[in-house]
Amino acid sequence: MQYTVDQRGYYGEFGGAFIPEMLYPNVAELRNLYIDLIYDESFQKEFQALLKDYVGRPSPLFLAKRLSKHYNTNIFLKREDLNHTGAHKINNTIGQILVAKRLGKKRIIAETGAGQHGVATATVCALMGIECIVYMGAIDIERQAPNVSRMRMLGAKVVPANSGSKTLKDATNEAIRDWINNPEDTHYIIGSVVGPHPYPDMVARFQSVISEEMKWQLKEQTGSENPSMIIACVGGGSNAAGAFYHYMENKEVRLVAVEAAGMGIHSGESAATSVLGTKGIIHGSRTLLMQTEDGQIIEPYSLSAGLDYPGIGPLHAHLIDTGRAEAVSITDDEALKAAYFLSKQEGIIPALESAHAFAALDKIKYSSEDIIVINLSGRGDKDLATYIKHFENYG
Amino acid sequence: MDRLHQLFSTKKKDILNIYFTAGYPQLDATGKIILALEKAGVDLIEIGMPYSDPLADGPTIQESGQVALENGMTLPLLFEQIEQVRKESSVPLIMMGYFNQVMQYGEEAFLRKCKAVGVDGLILPDMPLDVYEKDYKALFEDIGMNIVFLITPQTSEERILKIDALSRGFIYMVSNSSITGAKTGISETQLAYFNRINQMQLNNPRLIGFGISNNETFRTACTYASGAIIGSAFIRALAKGNDLNETIASFVSMVKNETVLK
Repeated sequence: MQYTVDQRGYYGEFGGAFIPEMLYPNVAELRNLYIDLIYDESFQKEFQALLKDYVGRPSPLFLAKRLSKHYNTNIFLKREDLNHTGAHKINNTIGQILVAKRLGKKRIIAETGAGQHGVATATVCALMGIECIVYMGAIDIERQAPNVSRMRMLGAKVVPANSGSKTLKDATNEAIRDWINNPEDTHYIIGSVVGPHPYPDMVARFQSVISEEMKWQLKEQTGSENPSMIIACVGGGSNAAGAFYHYMENKEVRLVAVEAAGMGIHSGESAATSVLGTKGIIHGSRTLLMQTEDGQIIEPYSLSAGLDYPGIGPLHAHLIDTGRAEAVSITDDEALKAAYFLSKQEGIIPALESAHAFAALDKIKYSSEDIIVINLSGRGDKDLATYIKHFENYG
Repeated sequence: MDRLHQLFSTKKKDILNIYFTAGYPQLDATGKIILALEKAGVDLIEIGMPYSDPLADGPTIQESGQVALENGMTLPLLFEQIEQVRKESSVPLIMMGYFNQVMQYGEEAFLRKCKAVGVDGLILPDMPLDVYEKDYKALFEDIGMNIVFLITPQTSEERILKIDALSRGFIYMVSNSSITGAKTGISETQLAYFNRINQMQLNNPRLIGFGISNNETFRTACTYASGAIIGSAFIRALAKGNDLNETIASFVSMVKNETVLK
């Protein structure tokens, strides 16, 4: 079984590029050039140097002793929360800004949900001195105010998406429209492993540095580069794609994708795509998505803005559909509990998205000999207001 | 010969194609709009299937789609409405929507239903050319359903030839690099593009869409192609007007620059 993308841009039956003709030249240009571009020697040199000196990589692999004792197993945390800007998102934006530069693009657009990808994009645009416009759902602008301020301070223009559910999917629609209107000078930095081919593959490759480091770090600390399992949260799925990437073909390593169940999978307020989703097209990609019988995309819900997306990347649809990855759903309540628990056990306040991955420890089976890696995709600073609001129930 | 080919074989110039969103402004407006447009002398009608995430459309069409969905528009209902209006209407009808809607209905079932209720062609802007050729061309031909593909100023010559070979009915020529309803007027660059396409001697007739909103832009488009498509400007007129028949009659006469006979 092949888990990486095939020649036509598909993962099994998922993926492809279902885009209007107006986007075709831009996407085709990227598709034709991205592999040669990113594996070019000068590109890799610049990319690796920025990951090291600007992002602060490698991110540590930390044995969480108290958490391990509590769960009677061995839990390592991949500390993407320690990256510059506070999440894994910057791995991808560094890569894509270098792609944009080499394509001669003068203007960058991006969509953002929680604001982490927006901040990471605004950051690399400031670093390179390129104009940056970030589309963000009007509701997300309200609930993620600190990140909106960060983007503005970094010089980006934040444009509210007022259509539909006013969240991530609508911000993505608006960004795609901007790209249609500006077909020649603009590069669209998609923040997750979603969108038309080659985006899911390109973003996964940039994020794959996570599992690349995990291999040698595990080898150093445990003697083997293979863990028993890797747990990561999935909205669109970019941190999970990066954490799984170099282990996908190695079936001894269990891959656990943790989705947001919101108020409960069948509550009508959920974002658990692998359970509630059916095959269809969203944002140019054939994948699993939440939709009505009539093919209208359903507005998802999660307390966490980064997981509030009605689809999953085609790679994850394929991993889950073929049984290679297990999907676990975690409610808002379970994620909040896990966030407070991790904070007190290890002195780490996780992003609400990453907290979902920790909550999965209560839902899956493992043994005391297992080596579990949890991808701690981001830090919780941006979620402080939400955490404080729920302090009485969980603190 | 189907209604669409009939139209293009008898009329070579000044073809007016009007787009509207099914279920907007009211759920039951579909039939009334079709009949009023036909009466006003519109040559071809494009029925928009309202969609939650219409990537290729601008804000005007997206908002009308949201209203239509809130009104309760669904594909089964739309097919019923078209079947009903076909008893009185003989104007060529094409449906425009997104590929996901067709997939969820079932591709073959959708095409057969279109054929059965009297739809003459489809525009599915996010259906990739290669996917159509590989997976659906045979089915479209078997059922006898026309398909319209888009070209833009950025579409390469090689790709235009392929699109011409695969299109059945006409080619939708996007006037500028933008989403619907975004810009007004026609620039020198666009005229150069129209001329370039004209010289290619394509097999399919071409209709120019995007940015066509009044008599002036309609006239210009007609100089360079078989006709033009108006969408957002018509939706805006519907939003403003009170009486559907009156609004439609005066909009069409404004575009054609004819005096309305009362």
